[in-house]
Amino acid sequence: MDIFLQQIVNGLVQGSIYALVALGYTMVYGILGLINFAHGDICMIGALTALTVAQVLASMGLPAPLVLALAALAAVAVCCALGVSIERAAYRPLRRAPRLAPLITAIGVSVLLQYSAALVWGKQYLSMPELVKPSDIEMGGIHLTDLQAFIFLLACAVMAALLWFIRSTRAGRAMRATEQNPDVAGLMGVNVNHVIAVTFLVGSAVGAIAGMMVVLYYGIGHYFMGFMLGLKAFTAAVLGGIGNVAGAMVGGMLLGVVESLAAGYIGDLTGGVLGSNYRDIFAFLVLVLVLVFRPSGLLGERVADRT
Amino acid sequence: MPAVDTPLLAAQSLSKRFGGLAALGGVSLAVKRGEIFGLIGPNGAGKTTLFNCLSRLYECGSGDILFNGHSLLQVPRHGIAALGIGRTFQNLALFRTMTVLDNVMVGHHCRTRSGFAANALRLPFVRHEEHATQEKARSLIRFLGLDALADSRVADLPFGTQKRVELARALASDPKLLLLDEPASGLNHEEVGELGVLIREIRDRLGLTVLLVEHHMSLVMSISDRVVALNFGRKIAEGTPAEVQKHPEVIQAYLGAA
Amino acid sequence: MRHAVEHWQRWREDPWLRQLGYCAAAAVLIALPFVVDAALGRAWVRIIDVALLFILLGLGLNIVVGFAGLLDLGYIAFFAVGAYSYALLASPQFDIHWSFLALLPTGAFVAALFGVLLGAPTLRLRGDYLAIVTLGFGEMIRISLNNLNRPYNITNGPQGITLIDPLAIGEFALNRTYTIAGFTLAPVHSYYFAFLACAAASIFISLRLEDSRIGRAWIAIREDELAAGAMGINTRNLKLLAFAMGATFGGLAGGLFASFQGFVSPESFTLLDSIMVLCMVVLGGMGNVGGVVLGAALLTALPEALRYAGPLQQEWLGEVYVDPSDLRMLLFGLALVLMMLLRPAGLWPSTLRRRELAGGEEPRAGR
Repeated sequence: MDIFLQQIVNGLVQGSIYALVALGYTMVYGILGLINFAHGDICMIGALTALTVAQVLASMGLPAPLVLALAALAAVAVCCALGVSIERAAYRPLRRAPRLAPLITAIGVSVLLQYSAALVWGKQYLSMPELVKPSDIEMGGIHLTDLQAFIFLLACAVMAALLWFIRSTRAGRAMRATEQNPDVAGLMGVNVNHVIAVTFLVGSAVGAIAGMMVVLYYGIGHYFMGFMLGLKAFTAAVLGGIGNVAGAMVGGMLLGVVESLAAGYIGDLTGGVLGSNYRDIFAFLVLVLVLVFRPSGLLGERVADRT
Repeated sequence: MPAVDTPLLAAQSLSKRFGGLAALGGVSLAVKRGEIFGLIGPNGAGKTTLFNCLSRLYECGSGDILFNGHSLLQVPRHGIAALGIGRTFQNLALFRTMTVLDNVMVGHHCRTRSGFAANALRLPFVRHEEHATQEKARSLIRFLGLDALADSRVADLPFGTQKRVELARALASDPKLLLLDEPASGLNHEEVGELGVLIREIRDRLGLTVLLVEHHMSLVMSISDRVVALNFGRKIAEGTPAEVQKHPEVIQAYLGAA
Repeated sequence: MRHAVEHWQRWREDPWLRQLGYCAAAAVLIALPFVVDAALGRAWVRIIDVALLFILLGLGLNIVVGFAGLLDLGYIAFFAVGAYSYALLASPQFDIHWSFLALLPTGAFVAALFGVLLGAPTLRLRGDYLAIVTLGFGEMIRISLNNLNRPYNITNGPQGITLIDPLAIGEFALNRTYTIAGFTLAPVHSYYFAFLACAAASIFISLRLEDSRIGRAWIAIREDELAAGAMGINTRNLKLLAFAMGATFGGLAGGLFASFQGFVSPESFTLLDSIMVLCMVVLGGMGNVGGVVLGAALLTALPEALRYAGPLQQEWLGEVYVDPSDLRMLLFGLALVLMMLLRPAGLWPSTLRRRELAGGEEPRAGR
């Protein structure tokens, strides 16, 4: 039983990270109907930026909290700038183009980001300086560190803030309006371009935080880390209902737990034929199953057939 | 073999709901062979829903559709054309990057059989079939006055011309019944007049039955043999154009309470 | 430009000129490997061989993406299936050694089967979702190939399968060097002709399909699936057919690749390879057979040209800042983005179609 609960706890923490990244996917898809392939790689850039800044500042002897804060700030700043510029340069011109075009562009941007990162940071694994020594929290036999708790709570906080933003602020209303019908929203005085830019900004900012959480949690960063992270986060977004912010949270957590349990028990279930090295496949399996059987996801609306 | 006086198309108590909204509530109608049948109603009356149910684009909640006496409910979407029902689309659904000729040739798809292997190797019977398809397409293009544009990309053509291309494409499947979805929308006065003549010609020369959904009152009334009026998903009047035009409920539906 | 077009038109029409053209082209193609060998060295002949394989791949994906409009991001999986099928049945792995005459069709068939299996769940999915699911499938296959070495060693995991049999008919094996009438026939030459035959056949089939009932049906599905159904096109079956046929080309290319390289590993079949093949189709103009051939040739030659980027950087800048293979990927990414923004119809100039010429009109731009 303890192992079971442990897997769930681990899954929730991993899932929190997925949830944060999934937000970026879900918001952009909601507003533009575009899967921003490059989002995972933006998170990667955030992660590596935070890592580098942390390395530099830590070696200068600055106190840990300051280093972390500055690293986070740097990551967010870089990712926001990146996200908004990509939208402006690569996606905006293609807003009326047939669906295939922006998708291919997004793939191109993704590749560009990955190999630019390889250029800047090299292809080796980079380690995050040990700034915090995670201390254990006693939870009745389950091993939990304060870092894990922090990540989980941070994700919840960000989600709550975002939900509040979308539901209760003017800007959030503008976003919802644009999501429903950009042309009409424009006629109502909403600056659609502005709203879309803000969407990318917020998504990238949250993604930067997620990236930093990854390097803090796992201690390493790598130019290719955005790929799997992005794919799994996208799966989470679809699972929860793409376009739905709360869904990204639910989907992320759920995916984290499913993955954790599956990796933990798959050996027993299949009599040793399949091992936890198949971990990554579970996310894909979930993705395929959801898209085939319930494309609207858990919290999404049933999409009506086109007339 | 269905009797001669069996209606070509019969809808029996068709109902369709979208979520909580009843778009169609038990509509029945019968289209006789060789007639031009009009379907009218104010916006939101359910005309397009009925139309899409008849052409099997939508699944109906309940009721039945009989074509030549046989139910259409089990027929898959791609089987409709082969049965002899052709249709046009309100907002045009042409294959934009293809030429006019190719578009019309696609219309003939259900009357040809060649598969992948045969086409990859271009067997003799394929060449024969292709030739026949092209001939058919060209004759329809001639019929609709599109000769000069046969090799033009449809995306580059004016709207009115595109509508004629779609008509040619629908006719290419040798249909017995032609479903026209607001054929007059977007056309100017002159073009509507030509359209009326064309539809009559299609019925007279090609021996087709035509069912059209239309907003353009004078067109519908001038060419239809019979008309059905819908409002709020229900049939409110049926008869000759003259009868329907005078029907109090129809007047009320269009102009509001008197 | 106008004059060139007119000359081309005249060439197309005159039967004598066409025969002459074909003979000349055939002669060039037959002499090519030997000429290149003499002029540029054997390494370049190898590059041409690889380019021919990619032409096969590109044409296969062209059926799926270009004709039918199904954005398959996991296409390389079929290449992998074909390669591993060949490897498993013609190597020391299980000590089975089938002849290529049975192997290549088997590999292609297995790939086609996978094509149908992977395509079936995607039939109702829209463009972006379809892309992601196919990507997922591609990754699943790669991960499986990487891990099917425990508890039973099927694929030998990350180390891959080596010592794969070459294409051989009896004693005549394509991986041996022969001397015929003073000519040296090295493996790269022999494989060139094998690949050329396959590439030519696939070009022939693709061109036939493009202008056929099936090709038109695919393009109709790509343009407007609903309308295609209303025209009597069985969209489900035709989509499956597109997947199956694309997979067949991929599987065949995979088998040829395995025999050529003598060794396969999961490393050769990553998402980036799928993207590269997609790039070929995109650069060429989706659906455009000639364009895909051009795109494949270009994208195979590019990395080789970029190999010089290493020493060049050394010369100019004193240090190699950008690894040539990274540079290649950077340029791919950039190419995809720029293509979509500037020239989504492809690099190849507008297709001069017979009927347009017959009408005497100015050929229309784009396709």
